[in-house]
Amino acid sequence: MIEDIELETLINEVYEYYGFDFGSYSRASLKRRVNRVMHLDGFTHFHEFLSRVRYDPEYYKRMVDEITVNVTEMFRDPSFYAVVRNEILPLLGTKPFIRLWHAGCSTGEEVYSMAIMLKEAGLLHKSLIYATDINSTVLETAKKGIFPLRMMKEYSENYRDAGGQEDFSNYYIANYGIAKFNEELAEKMVFSQHNLVSDTSFNEFDMILCRNVLIYFDNDLQKRVINLFDESLAVLGFLALGTKETIKYSVTPNKYKQLDKEKIWRKVK
Amino acid sequence: MEESKIISGCKVVIIGGSAGSLNALMQILPELPELKGFAIVIVVHRKSTDDQTLEELIALKSSVSVKPVEDKVPLLPGFVYVAPSNYHLLFEKNETLSLDISEKINYSRPSIDVSFESAAEIYGESLVGILLSGSNTDGTYGLKTIQAAGGTIVVQNPLAADMPFMPHNAILNTQPDFVLDNNEILKFISTINT
Repeated sequence: MIEDIELETLINEVYEYYGFDFGSYSRASLKRRVNRVMHLDGFTHFHEFLSRVRYDPEYYKRMVDEITVNVTEMFRDPSFYAVVRNEILPLLGTKPFIRLWHAGCSTGEEVYSMAIMLKEAGLLHKSLIYATDINSTVLETAKKGIFPLRMMKEYSENYRDAGGQEDFSNYYIANYGIAKFNEELAEKMVFSQHNLVSDTSFNEFDMILCRNVLIYFDNDLQKRVINLFDESLAVLGFLALGTKETIKYSVTPNKYKQLDKEKIWRKVK
Repeated sequence: MEESKIISGCKVVIIGGSAGSLNALMQILPELPELKGFAIVIVVHRKSTDDQTLEELIALKSSVSVKPVEDKVPLLPGFVYVAPSNYHLLFEKNETLSLDISEKINYSRPSIDVSFESAAEIYGESLVGILLSGSNTDGTYGLKTIQAAGGTIVVQNPLAADMPFMPHNAILNTQPDFVLDNNEILKFISTINT
């Protein structure tokens, strides 16, 4: 493992050279990620790694892409999606137009999951799904809607556990180890780069999903990001976080009402 | 193996296990007296669908209190914490727990190695690591990091383990301070900080 002081040096240098602020990221995870990328790329000394990051913007970009965690899956936590399907979509469906924001969408598996549910509820045609991430490389993957074929068994089980009734394989075409999802699912998606640490609100939404992103931030940054979501959420809109994340330290408690046991809150005023 | 070394100044006991470890935990945890100045953190491999059941089982059977783990929950002495399934569990300097969904390690998330190493970084010599039954190699590297940081390492006697592979692998590749049966592990934890 690198030393704490080395990690702090890297954070400072990255901020100075590129303006990107990792200062409010959780240190335990960040340290593991930095170690991992150093190891992957064959650096044995921290100072060599640091000088490469400083002087090679292309390498800096690679480092950021590798440090940010991009593990995601379709219909992760099926019970969460079941609540969205059964309780939230019927409420959103009464609106003439539905705006959703997947913040920190990574390679887009959850965005396509949502599009499938919207389509099955007959709502996709009047929805717009904004999907953002700080990592431009993962957004390119997300736009294409191409995921590894070997994951489809697990995803179709998740889909069924989340209340899906259709034949899941109708949503993609399998070819050479990849599954390409139907383009009509992506028609209502808008992908763009957005940094939760430094960028501001850009629209008002009926539902914001940000699952397993806040775990990488410290308490102060979590509060700031939840405030950003609060500013971006319409009254009676929904905020969904990961199963082990909470808003309870960040917003006034009576402003949001939690649904069931899931990490979904409705903005009540 | 040193005889009857009583551990003092311990802040955290971290227990790792995989297949067969639930039996051992259920023999040990219900019998534990109040935890004197330290917390227990349990990292076991389990299916993502049976989240909560282990917490409920421990809460039901044992007198020590279980605190549910959410991101950034403070790690307080006197309580038992169980790593949630499908996340890696990490330790922060301000004595909180944080979570991470990055790639599986040793085909596992949570990975015992990841949590042991992270705990060793923060708690050093005030950490005790215990490795129980299982059928893969997760935990061995983690025990090494705990020992290197000055902590104490304990391995379940493979003869007492439902699945001896994991503790056996640890014994082959580390120098455990203690190799203990389940009732000895219970006694060992009970005397910490006394």
